[in-house]
Amino acid sequence: MKTLKNLSILFMSALVFTACSNDDDNPEPVNEEEVITTLTATLIPVTGGTTVTLQTRDLDGDGPNDPVVSVSGALASNTTYNGTLELLNETESPAEPINAEIEAEDDEHQFFYQITNSLATFEYTDFDGDSNPIGLEFTVTTSANLGTGTLTITLRHEPSKSDTGVSDGDITNAGGETDIQAVFSISVE
Amino acid sequence: MRYYILIITCCLFSITYGQNCNYKLSGNIHDFHDGSAITGATIYIKTLDRYTTSNIEGNYTIEDLCKGLLTFEVSHLGCETKIIKVQINGDTQYEINMEHHIEELNEIKIDASGNPKLTKTSQETQLKTKTLERFSAFSLGDALKHISGVSSINTGNTIVKPVINGLHSSRVIVMTNGVRLQDQEWGIEHAPNIDLNAAGSINVIKGANSLAYGGDAIGGVIVLKPQKISLKDSLYGKTIVSGQTNGRGYSIASTLTKSWQKGWYFTGQASAKRFGDFEAPDYSLTNTGLDSKGFSVNTGFKTFEKGFNVYYSYLNNQIGILRGSHIGNVEDLNNAINLQNLVGIINKEPLDTEDFSYEINAPRQDVTHQIIKADFYKRFKKFGRLEVLYDFQNNQRFEYDVRVGDDRNKPAIDLTLKTHTLKSSLKIDTNTNAVYRFGLALGFQNNFANPETGVRRLIPDYDKYDAGVFAISNFKLNDNTNLDFGLRYDFNKIDAKKFYRTSRWIERGYDVDFANIVIDDLGTQLLVNPVLNYHNVSASAGMSHKFNDKNTIIFNYGLSNRAPNSSELFSDGLHHSAARIELGDLRIKQETSHRISGSYQFKNKSLSLNLESFLNHINDYIFIKPTGTEQTIRGAFPVWDYIQTDALLYGLDVTANYNFSRKWFLNNKSSFIKGRDLIKKEALIDIPSFKTVNVLGYLNKKWLNFNAELQSELILMQNDYPNNNFEVYIPTTEEFILLDISTPPPTYHLMHFESDITIKLSEKTDLNVGINVTNIFNTSYREYLNRLRYFADDLGRNFMLQLKLNY
Repeated sequence: MKTLKNLSILFMSALVFTACSNDDDNPEPVNEEEVITTLTATLIPVTGGTTVTLQTRDLDGDGPNDPVVSVSGALASNTTYNGTLELLNETESPAEPINAEIEAEDDEHQFFYQITNSLATFEYTDFDGDSNPIGLEFTVTTSANLGTGTLTITLRHEPSKSDTGVSDGDITNAGGETDIQAVFSISVE
Repeated sequence: MRYYILIITCCLFSITYGQNCNYKLSGNIHDFHDGSAITGATIYIKTLDRYTTSNIEGNYTIEDLCKGLLTFEVSHLGCETKIIKVQINGDTQYEINMEHHIEELNEIKIDASGNPKLTKTSQETQLKTKTLERFSAFSLGDALKHISGVSSINTGNTIVKPVINGLHSSRVIVMTNGVRLQDQEWGIEHAPNIDLNAAGSINVIKGANSLAYGGDAIGGVIVLKPQKISLKDSLYGKTIVSGQTNGRGYSIASTLTKSWQKGWYFTGQASAKRFGDFEAPDYSLTNTGLDSKGFSVNTGFKTFEKGFNVYYSYLNNQIGILRGSHIGNVEDLNNAINLQNLVGIINKEPLDTEDFSYEINAPRQDVTHQIIKADFYKRFKKFGRLEVLYDFQNNQRFEYDVRVGDDRNKPAIDLTLKTHTLKSSLKIDTNTNAVYRFGLALGFQNNFANPETGVRRLIPDYDKYDAGVFAISNFKLNDNTNLDFGLRYDFNKIDAKKFYRTSRWIERGYDVDFANIVIDDLGTQLLVNPVLNYHNVSASAGMSHKFNDKNTIIFNYGLSNRAPNSSELFSDGLHHSAARIELGDLRIKQETSHRISGSYQFKNKSLSLNLESFLNHINDYIFIKPTGTEQTIRGAFPVWDYIQTDALLYGLDVTANYNFSRKWFLNNKSSFIKGRDLIKKEALIDIPSFKTVNVLGYLNKKWLNFNAELQSELILMQNDYPNNNFEVYIPTTEEFILLDISTPPPTYHLMHFESDITIKLSEKTDLNVGINVTNIFNTSYREYLNRLRYFADDLGRNFMLQLKLNY
């Protein structure tokens, strides 16, 4: 019976010890580090004119609320825009910029731009060490076509940049996994 | 001559010590358990070469003894022979207890000839050491699949979870050396942390009828026991080495045991396995390697009346998960499924396929499980056996995701689960025809989710308290009929602290139902403190009846309740490998199962047949199903919710063996199962499809114990499945598509071959050489119950060579 007693003492002390070690204090909240909440594309006309911004913002990350997508206005026809992307994690305060992280691993990331109804053409202007495109900087040139359509911006992590068409901006053979996918309704006037 | 020596000896004693030799030793010989007299026990005094026997009342008398220490042997049919030493200082009375219950001793003998089963009235199957050794390089789930009615749910081919009659994870209890495994078994991609090499035998009990192990085993119980130890002075061991072509894997496992006749024993065991990327018939499965290391020590003292055991085990598994299965959103999933649909035309490899490597990169798991156990038992005369057991388990799980920047080498999941258990049971077996067992179990569990991961916790921090009491009885009505009854009550309390996104809290309606449990409001997040209590009652009744030597039937009924696990309650987030958002529900109540089963066994000289049927009605069955899609910045994701329904599972498991001759045999194992959602009136998801395995075997003892088996494994397509397909917009192709996540893969047929011989190297050393070929025709196939079936084919052909040395 002595063994029994010893065992129960051991059990109880273990219980007390574990219970005491983390009972009273509440767990720390987790600051999500890699979350991208906000993507803003700024399109500045080369020859002057109105700047167009496209933004998608999902402050609750994987939560139930849908991202808020906004487009500041219409694009002008027959115009070349210099485009830049800004990525932010706004769950932190102040908001944490994410661009630098992508630039540091630019060979593992690529943005893809798809514009419907032949409203505009797109070109990369930034490249990684292997001269493959990244897509944080680009140009968009609208055609003479007027009308509405969509601009889809997709960020792929670890795409096969060397596969057919990928470095020309064709997403078909890119592979990898999708980190961002945003669809904007655009119009050309 | 004998008398002459005796007389001389007596004289010598008389002369030397001046003693007389007229003392008398007498007493009674009775059974240890019930105190009944043992008639006809033989008493043999070796030094005097004298015999006597006990009379009908169990009394014995030895006369004409000299003063001094008398050593004699007592033996009786069916009892363990005892050596007794008595100091004779005059006429002496000495009571002798004999042991009729050999089953206790069988546990500590290498070769138990008795019934290897743990229960008499349940559907139970045992895998013996020799079978387990064949799976030395594989996992518990791989070995158990060879039991009719047991299948597995896989994530790739190294994460294998056993499924008993269609149920798995929290519905299956795994016992190892008396310890209930607590290793975050709630997750489908959490394989049991068991090193098969540490087990001497495995018993699988279908259904919840063995209440001593727990009341919530709606699926069944898997009981692993260490190698039996023989109580004699000896040192023995074994080493198994194997190498295989697929995965270019190798494994080594070694066990060494030292035992002493007095009851002490010590066993040390260690094993290591290493696999690189496995191969499907047409391509390499990048990042599917495994690196596993484990060891255990088992020591103690064991006699009939008392004993103790101390056990420690350590197991670390580093498991790679197919790189191509890590995806971003539903569009990526659609791309993967489209690749699958091309199989058969061009057999395109999965995305991100690279050349063979032993390297294990993200996504990967790194899981360490440690068990410390101490138990103690004592038998009390004319009463029974008391046992006390304490165990502590520490389960550390890291999961590494494909991450960027500074977080690249940081785990995305870092959970530490600590469990303490104290159990005690009392078996009253004074009457072998009516054995009672009472038990008590107390448990405390703490889960800690490390916030350093930088990823929201999948499972929150919690404390869990368990208390259970049970009573079991076994009645033997006559030589052919056994009855079992059991009753158990369990109380479970979960005290969790979880952060919810405020938006999720509101979306779930918790702000209405659970407003009072919010303890902190951080703006976008809420800290809440759910305290959930569950009261569970389980009961079982079973009967076995042997009509004659050939025919036996078994019936049983089991009622069991299972409290929801932490993933069913708290899941809240994105699952990358499935590209889905999984949501638990705080409102989930326990599920209740009523299982009725019946078995028929037939056995004659050449044919043995075992038919096991069951019907399991589960009220409030907890399962996960898609309920819609949610949009995030990453794109769209289907939402899978844990919900409850009433379910019915029923099926038939067949095991048949036919010996044509002494050398040739044919074996069939088939299982059929159906699962229905009674409320929605549709099939249940993830129910194993019909499977039949036929084996043609040949044995020849004269050719170095030659043994060869040709196996055919046929798995039919699951035609009964719920349609969970959903429509989704794919921005890159600008179209709406129907995402087919439901249709099971087609029927497949595989052929395997295995053979082995045993060479006697010396009197105590055997070498067993085995070869094993799986998937002989390199058939491409996918299995419905493999979570990675959307992404890649299953394994191609494999050659394995295994060397086993017993010494």
